[in-house]
Amino acid sequence: MSETAIRPKLVAASAGDRLRKAAPLLLAPVMALAGLIAIADPATWLTLTVAGLAMGLMIFIMASGLTVVFGLMDVINFGHGAFVSVGAFVGFTVLAWLAGWTENPAVIMNLAAVFLAILASMAVTGVLGLAFERVIVAPVYGHHLKQILVTMGGLIVAQQLIHVVWGPDAIHVARPQSLRGSVIVFDAVIEKYRLFAVAIGLVLFLGMRHVLRSTKVGLLVRAGVENGEMVEALGYRIRRLFLVVFMVGSALAGLGGVMWGLYNETITAHMGSDLMVLVFIVVIIGGLGSIEGCFIGALLVGLLSNYMTFLAPKVALVSTIALMVGVLMWRPEGLYPVVKAK
Amino acid sequence: MIDRLLSGDRPNSRPLALVLIVIALALAFAPFLFPGTKSLDTAARICIFIVLVASYDLLLGYTGIVSFAHTMFFGIGAYGVALSLSALGASFTAILVGVLGGTAVAGALALAIGLFSLRVKAIFFAMVTLAVASAFAVLVSQLSTITGGEDGLTYRIPRVLTPAFKLLDMRILDVRIDGRLLAYYLVFVSALVLFLGLLRIVNSPFGRTLKAVRDNAFRAEAIGYRVIWYRTAATVLSACVAALAGALLAIWIRYTGPATTLSMEIMIDILLMVVIGGMGTMYGAMIGATLFILAQTYLQSLMGAAEHATGMLPLIPDLVAPERWLMWLGVLFIVSVYFFPDGVVGRLRSRG
Repeated sequence: MSETAIRPKLVAASAGDRLRKAAPLLLAPVMALAGLIAIADPATWLTLTVAGLAMGLMIFIMASGLTVVFGLMDVINFGHGAFVSVGAFVGFTVLAWLAGWTENPAVIMNLAAVFLAILASMAVTGVLGLAFERVIVAPVYGHHLKQILVTMGGLIVAQQLIHVVWGPDAIHVARPQSLRGSVIVFDAVIEKYRLFAVAIGLVLFLGMRHVLRSTKVGLLVRAGVENGEMVEALGYRIRRLFLVVFMVGSALAGLGGVMWGLYNETITAHMGSDLMVLVFIVVIIGGLGSIEGCFIGALLVGLLSNYMTFLAPKVALVSTIALMVGVLMWRPEGLYPVVKAK
Repeated sequence: MIDRLLSGDRPNSRPLALVLIVIALALAFAPFLFPGTKSLDTAARICIFIVLVASYDLLLGYTGIVSFAHTMFFGIGAYGVALSLSALGASFTAILVGVLGGTAVAGALALAIGLFSLRVKAIFFAMVTLAVASAFAVLVSQLSTITGGEDGLTYRIPRVLTPAFKLLDMRILDVRIDGRLLAYYLVFVSALVLFLGLLRIVNSPFGRTLKAVRDNAFRAEAIGYRVIWYRTAATVLSACVAALAGALLAIWIRYTGPATTLSMEIMIDILLMVVIGGMGTMYGAMIGATLFILAQTYLQSLMGAAEHATGMLPLIPDLVAPERWLMWLGVLFIVSVYFFPDGVVGRLRSRG
């Protein structure tokens, strides 16, 4: 037996193959470039791009939980928007309590108030997620039709409970002192809060990536997405893992709610279900279950809708649908389809 | 004869048959049994929603697809009639043009959505339709030069269908025989024909294949049925019927706006009606729509009374206020999906 016969044959991927693999990564820069060409004015473009990134990252925060929950347990939660709304309202309440801190010109006090609000709403939405999973989702595992119906019912009830607790009217949320106003970079006016949102979004994305790639829990989650039964067979309780992921996903939705409330400066009980439209588009574009795809999808949607709001305000939402259609024509299962070993 | 009309799909339960007969007779003689504008309006709405809910059940109950775009198709039908009545004036030609146009647009849109999102997973379809329907609703309210925006469109309908037109100069059972009565019977007869048509469809070989696809898509595909084709066909059919129901609504209330046709709340109402009545039976649509609309019209005043009665207690008045009725519906919805997935019809059938 000659040695060459059993030597594995390593063939370098061709340039075309590598490009095809990397293509989704190039989409966001391509979109930004196309925006620059269409808008033609660099200062306006920079303003819109930062706004788009801020919006995209906030949507990513809300969508990430939904997509991992689906990937892990095949559960689709149409009530995810309820956590966004509840998070925003809890955050508002905390910020109102800490009015002394938010009106204080000191940056530290302002940031502390925002972080306390975020922590509080994450805690509340996390616990709410636990209850939601136990009471509403758990009895209908493995049954998509019922899941959609039941979680939709949960969304209605949650929205109505917000009406009971906080009243039916839209509420104005004041940003803390140091996050108001804007800075001027290269002639472009950029709102301070948007920079703040981009920073938080990036930190969260990197943190999430780190957890998923370099920790044992992350390994289990990724393995569970790929083949849940095998993970269970190896002795891990995937149900418990799933519960944790569900809670974290809900808490992230609550965080997204606080950030979105401060971004728009108004909150309503149905803001969550309105946002769910964008969240679903993002999740579909990225491929159900994929965090990276979700990230790229969110950036694309954020950038596109900000450019389109400037270029043709009436068709902004329709343009994101067109984007989704385009992506699905190209890759019917989204940018990064999650391969299930089933 | 009756068996043929019902396409051989008997209620199969004595109490159920009784309830259905009562509903059908009450609707057929509504103007004489329950005189008054409000009750006639309620009866017409029940007719229209029976068709709308039955067409949704063709998707949800028979094909196992969740769509959130049903109000979009409903709205397209309504706007079709509204736009053509506004543009061409109050004539039956205008109504015909609007109905045909609206139905064609709804069918084409359903075909496009179905072909591109039913390929992958049924769950995709729910999310895609939700996104498309919200975008459509936003678009309609943005394009205010054509659609009247949030205010909607008010238009005139042919004089024959208005209260000003007198068919007979006498009263029958103390009811004036005027154009409004004619309009009601136009709605009633159209609804009846559409409902029987849907019953015919679900009891045809095509309908049976839909059920096979619902129960085991993989197996249906293996036997040789193109699953995607059947799913898309069901989507298109139900969209067309929804558009026709929308056209009836547009004729009946002489106004079309986003709140009456496109809002997410109506979508949720439809879901509730299907689930409460019973998924996968056309009769469920009849019972669900009747119960729901009666409750919507008359129960809210009852809740108002409950709010006053419990005024002394903390929190409870807030929970039973008439504005909170949607919350109780949500609870009812969850409970019925868990415990009565077959709805009222399933319950009655399993007993009888």
